[in-house]
Amino acid sequence: MERIVEYYFNAEVIAGAFPQVLAGFRTTVIVSLLIIFCGTLFGLLLALLRCANLRPVNFIITAYVDVLRTLPQLVVIVFIYFGLPYLGPTLSPFATTVLALGMVLSAFSTEIFWSAIMALPRGQWDAASALGFSRLRTLVTIILPQAIRLAIPLLTNRAISISKGTALGTAVSLPETLGQAQSVMALVANPSPLTLAAAFYLTFFLPLVIASRWIEYRYSTGR
Amino acid sequence: MQDFLDNFANWESLLRVYPLLLQGLIYTVWLAVVALPLGILAGLAIAVLYSFKNRWVNIALLIYIDLFRSFPVVVLLILIFYGMPFLGLTLGSFTAAVLAIVLNNSGYYGEIFRAGILSVPHGQTEAARALGFKPLHVVFSIVLPQAIRNVLAPLASNSLELVKATPIAALVALPELLRSARVAQEQTYNPTPLMAAAVIFFVILYPFARWVARLERQALKAR
Repeated sequence: MERIVEYYFNAEVIAGAFPQVLAGFRTTVIVSLLIIFCGTLFGLLLALLRCANLRPVNFIITAYVDVLRTLPQLVVIVFIYFGLPYLGPTLSPFATTVLALGMVLSAFSTEIFWSAIMALPRGQWDAASALGFSRLRTLVTIILPQAIRLAIPLLTNRAISISKGTALGTAVSLPETLGQAQSVMALVANPSPLTLAAAFYLTFFLPLVIASRWIEYRYSTGR
Repeated sequence: MQDFLDNFANWESLLRVYPLLLQGLIYTVWLAVVALPLGILAGLAIAVLYSFKNRWVNIALLIYIDLFRSFPVVVLLILIFYGMPFLGLTLGSFTAAVLAIVLNNSGYYGEIFRAGILSVPHGQTEAARALGFKPLHVVFSIVLPQAIRNVLAPLASNSLELVKATPIAALVALPELLRSARVAQEQTYNPTPLMAAAVIFFVILYPFARWVARLERQALKAR
């Protein structure tokens, strides 16, 4: 018991590590929010683009979605960071993580928005067109509000699970919570900073996980 | 274009490093083959325990589920691999990776099976009990078969995510596919091995990803 306290809850070590791990936590939060924002928005954009029904465009979007949905997130991150520089651009760890995970989330959210739009009865389009609505107006004022409602539970789950991938940024030395805790741990030869990092992750992700449970419940019973 | 081919599809370097990649692929497959059934079994055990409706047990189970869903799986891995040795418990990188993936996914699978069991009308249980079935018998031969059918889509999707989580083992120096590709890249000064690893991951996972997408679309339509 004493050993557990000394190695995992060492107050002195935790106090010393706090500023650095907190700085890492700030990075984690910023990167996660950027991923969720960019990924969802870009995904919605691609799904709408797909509604335009242009064959070559649809082909490219489908390929993009398939590749990014299939590859492991860490593979995408490592590929962008270590592979892309051979073609020219060298991205910072920050930009790499946001770009890689933002792209992965956009692929998933494109698919989610698109399936939600497709899941709505065809009659909605027909009725709107009979009332003289243009296709674009039908899409924006009639289809999208319903589709987004249908998409929300799936989307929140996916957004949370992908933004948790921020911790994968350690692989390309992104100075986020886990990486900072590990570097302090190496210095003081005591894993208490990891406990601190774990606590930080919990304070950020536990409320999100509980909220997603609630959202799922609300949207599945609220109709 | 020639520049791109020389860098990303360089046969010469591929010929030099393919044994390394093959070795990596074997580790990746082993990780998936060991972790997948363990994760499913753990999740199933959680959900079956939950279905017995003991108030305190259920509160504890919900805390367990949400706790492990909140930790990024990498964080769990680092905690296990670098944190445990201080207690005198040193795990190999393979065992540590399997343990982290299984713990994390037991939460996800537990939540999925739990939702599935909740989706089966209670009358089924009552009818079976009235016919003289024992409680465990009711769960395994009446409730679970229907429950699993109701949550097949999230079940398949989570299994894909589990396999996609295996490259995190690279962070604790297990020479699985991604790690081997990085090592090979450093030997050849060329990103072809990285490209090859991405292609291998894609080819193996793509049929699975297509199947998951189809199941998800059907589930959305059925609502």
